[in-house]
Amino acid sequence: MSATSSSASKPGNKKGWLTRLRQRNVLPGFGLSMGITVFSLSLLVVLPFAMMAYTTTQMGWTGFWETITQPQVTAAIKLSLWMSFLAMLTNMVFGTLVAWVLVRYEFWGKSLINALVDLPFALPTAVTGISLATLYAPNGLIGQWFAKFDIQVAFTPIGIWLALVVVSFPFIVRAVQPVLAELSVEFEEAAAVLGANRLTTFRKVILPELLPALLMGAGMMFARATGEYGSVIFIAGNIPMQSEILPLIIISKLEQFDIQGASAVALFMLLISFVILLTINIMQWKLSRRVGAR
Amino acid sequence: MQISNSYDYQSNAATKDTPWIRRTFIAIAVLFMVVMLVIPLLAVFYEAFKNGWQLYIASLVDPEALQAIKLTLITAGIVLPINMVMGIAIAWLVTRYQFKGKQLVTTLLDLPFSVSPVVAGLMFVLLFGLNSTIGGWLESMGFQVIYAVPGIILATLFVTFPFVARELIPLMQTQGDSEEQAALTLGATGWQTFWHVTLPNIKWALLYGLILTNARAMGEFGAVSVVSGHIRGETNTMPLLVEIAYNDYNFTAAFALSSILAALALVTLLIQQVMTKIQERKFAKSERLASAPELPVSANATAVTESTSADSTGKV
Repeated sequence: MSATSSSASKPGNKKGWLTRLRQRNVLPGFGLSMGITVFSLSLLVVLPFAMMAYTTTQMGWTGFWETITQPQVTAAIKLSLWMSFLAMLTNMVFGTLVAWVLVRYEFWGKSLINALVDLPFALPTAVTGISLATLYAPNGLIGQWFAKFDIQVAFTPIGIWLALVVVSFPFIVRAVQPVLAELSVEFEEAAAVLGANRLTTFRKVILPELLPALLMGAGMMFARATGEYGSVIFIAGNIPMQSEILPLIIISKLEQFDIQGASAVALFMLLISFVILLTINIMQWKLSRRVGAR
Repeated sequence: MQISNSYDYQSNAATKDTPWIRRTFIAIAVLFMVVMLVIPLLAVFYEAFKNGWQLYIASLVDPEALQAIKLTLITAGIVLPINMVMGIAIAWLVTRYQFKGKQLVTTLLDLPFSVSPVVAGLMFVLLFGLNSTIGGWLESMGFQVIYAVPGIILATLFVTFPFVARELIPLMQTQGDSEEQAALTLGATGWQTFWHVTLPNIKWALLYGLILTNARAMGEFGAVSVVSGHIRGETNTMPLLVEIAYNDYNFTAAFALSSILAALALVTLLIQQVMTKIQERKFAKSERLASAPELPVSANATAVTESTSADSTGKV
């Protein structure tokens, strides 16, 4: 509805531009659904992003650069990216393994395991955070075992890695699982007939088929991990220069009323996710072209 | 999208893995899941009940906890209907029409997924904070958004924005609009078509999207944390109070509230499983009907009548 009214408010545009926008259909409700969509996307997505872009342009390039190159901020950037990368590698291995086990084997409790994969999506991150922090604290149920070997998990970067692995675990499993289930067994039969052993078959036949989905899942996971806050802050220790993650920098800058500094860091984080999404899209495009040429 | 199939890989020589590899893989996968997911989940309930029932109940009926529970329920109660309307509208628009800018709509729809919750919260502080033009103007009208309930609702709406539409779009895409076209041809109005044809077809996916929205709305921490201002007894939701109680070393209260959220997560997973089972059964049924050798002609017709007679009431 609001789209119809905004069409009237546009100068020089008589009614009908909305119908011209739409190309083919007879179903009613185009105006209404377009109105709701435009209104909600503008208020909830476009306007906030525009405001953020505006705030950072006000500060200018030098202001942005000065904030990003503060030692505390650079340390947090390095830590966040590095820990997310390690968590991504971990989940690429274990996520693919879990997907493989769930598709290929039958065992007792399989459907329960399958259901539990999504737990990190359903469980609030703060709950995961305090639970992990309590378990892995030096006097916690699991932490005390590590303490015997002089390894401290909670309140160190190891804890950050652990929390990131847990909360982003479902991404790769759920990306790989459907591809693996739909993969035709004929490829493997052909490989077996041609004399390849299982390892070679996996490496040369199955893995290339899984790769687009695996990379897609890994990219989504990495983006999520760099922005993760709730589960990490409880276990991270949050010591500046050592165990302070990037989202926490935004929070602490906001608490000091340094709104421009906070938005500079936020813009940087948006750029990271943008680069990740762009990379995924380019890789998918290249891989699909390769498959198409085959 | 299928996430499992009934093919017996282990009886095909080409896809069979040696038993010790199979056992090792299953053991590693199960062990990983137990250590990473199951133990932390059980630890929540263990810590909540460690000091007895009385303390558990007492920390939940504490006024601050009750206020947080109430605010969480209010937030979910407001976010869910708004999200439902937005989700249906966007899915309808994207799947039923060809128009310029469709790609833009789907891209914008996915943006909240790729933004850190903290950045999301910050964007609303910039937009509606007291220093901003809009925020200052609203404040002069006596309406505070940031560090108040409206901000919490806006931030929650942002992070849950894509859930309903993302569940509906693939389904409505595969269903196509032939049933709606038929209803219109038979003289139904737009709204009649929606209530009697579209809604029955999408009800399960819609419900599932709303359950996901609800889980996220009640559990969102990062975005809400930025806009809430943590005013005790006023703007704390359950996850925020978990943090405050935990930082106050009031572990029983933190884990008692967490146990409610964890139970909610388990219910969400359970419903998700039931829905997947229903869909798999439907899928298997349609496969069976489509491939029934003795009814090659009427197979399709049976499937169509069955799905329509089960869903629409014949008023159309």
